[in-house]
Amino acid sequence: MDRLLYVAMTGAKQLMQAQTVVAHNLANVSTTGFRADLARFEAAPVEGPGYPSRINTVASGLGFDRSQGTLVQTGGQLDVAIDGPGWLAVQTKDGAQAYTRGGSLNVNELGLLETERGDLVLGDNGPVAIPPNTGVTIAPDGTVSIVPQGQGPNTLAQIGRLKLVNPDPSKLEKRTDGLVRVAGGGKPPEADANVRVASGFIETSNVNMASSMVDMIEYARQFEVALRMMHVADENESRAANIASLS
Amino acid sequence: MESLWVAKTGLEAQQTRMTVVAQNLANVNTTGYKRGRAMFEDLLYQNVTQVGGLTSQQTQSPTGLNLGTGVRVVATDKQFSQGNLVTTNNPFDVAVEGRGFFQVLLPDGTQAYTRDGTFQLDPQGQLVNSSGYAVQPAVTIPTSAQAVTVGVDGVVSAVLPGQADPIQVGTLQLTDFVNPGGLQPRGQNLFMETVASGPPQPGTPGLNGLGTLEQGTLETSNVNVVEELVSMIETQRAYEMNSRAIETSDQMLQHLTNSL
Repeated sequence: MDRLLYVAMTGAKQLMQAQTVVAHNLANVSTTGFRADLARFEAAPVEGPGYPSRINTVASGLGFDRSQGTLVQTGGQLDVAIDGPGWLAVQTKDGAQAYTRGGSLNVNELGLLETERGDLVLGDNGPVAIPPNTGVTIAPDGTVSIVPQGQGPNTLAQIGRLKLVNPDPSKLEKRTDGLVRVAGGGKPPEADANVRVASGFIETSNVNMASSMVDMIEYARQFEVALRMMHVADENESRAANIASLS
Repeated sequence: MESLWVAKTGLEAQQTRMTVVAQNLANVNTTGYKRGRAMFEDLLYQNVTQVGGLTSQQTQSPTGLNLGTGVRVVATDKQFSQGNLVTTNNPFDVAVEGRGFFQVLLPDGTQAYTRDGTFQLDPQGQLVNSSGYAVQPAVTIPTSAQAVTVGVDGVVSAVLPGQADPIQVGTLQLTDFVNPGGLQPRGQNLFMETVASGPPQPGTPGLNGLGTLEQGTLETSNVNVVEELVSMIETQRAYEMNSRAIETSDQMLQHLTNSL
């Protein structure tokens, strides 16, 4: 069979995977702090003796989009959005450190600050505990202060500071649980005093709906082209078979 | 074709969010109602190409291919911000200004908590909520009472005929939780204690950070209609995008079956 068919088939298959990335981004268009995944294609020539005419395509990730999402005012006293570059450090269920921009926080039954998905929010010295209080304030530099229960607003107590980090963006990677980690492991990055948070806001997903729709259409059309090529390969083959037949 | 299923999770999540918005809008006039908010999280990723995989002995792949599998609604948060107080001048309408819940006794003997202070009297003169559940600790108003006063600290006093001085007939308490967001809504404006909410901490209104009581007023729903409408528009558009992704995936498959 002509190799054209296989080259075209590879293209179609990879386009379907890229379409999954687009669908995933569109599905997460309302997920707080979500970073859009990027897809791209790589040429993978088939090396060997003879003229290298077969160049397959391989879908490969390009990491995630690092641009800022829109800040939306919610008024929630435990909602924080990171304004500008930076990440909120959290401790995952397995005890490792990971980073997120989803700053819709809660206090769990033990009084510890956690994210929506249940990861503990880290302060400068481990998870942040919020004592019983009548009001929590999170300052732009991440300092958490409370009005202790039973006391007036004049007794503001500082209880810790959110660990805000800003590691080298090129070293960050999104893992399969959707949280970001520093590639290659090693020592977790130190808190960065320049990262700013906005309290009472959450950051929306940074999925660009228009470009996602355009990508979707583009992949669908490219898919049609790949299928057309498969059809052509089929036609060529049947013509060749006709010519070669002895009737 | 994975994109079909991924887009399906998007449709489902947006539909759940729409339910939350509709529930909020439906309860825009419910006394003591606290609005909900749907929170999303991205689902697990499939690792197709490992990031950092070796591309030769010295070089590594700088990025990998992770295919996400969609989205889900992880929580519907209750927002315990204060609702507006409206004056009704009904002596048994009590609003909480600040933190705290009234405690009522359910018929099955368990305790429930509410911000809805629309109280009535039952045939025995006991203070009950609109569903007839007795307020805890129980307050009984004498049948001959001429006027009933609820103080900001919860003291309930009644003026009896022929007596100049009002007598104290009971006190209203408030109960607070470490994490009110962890309470389970039960319907009927009631919330139930859960492990996540922490144990109830009863106290006197106005003390230890608890709110004060306002007689003759009610706390309205804290639903912000404008915000809900904006959220509804956003939900509808996101739903359309996801349904478009399904349509496109379907067309790709259709093209596949037709053209080959």
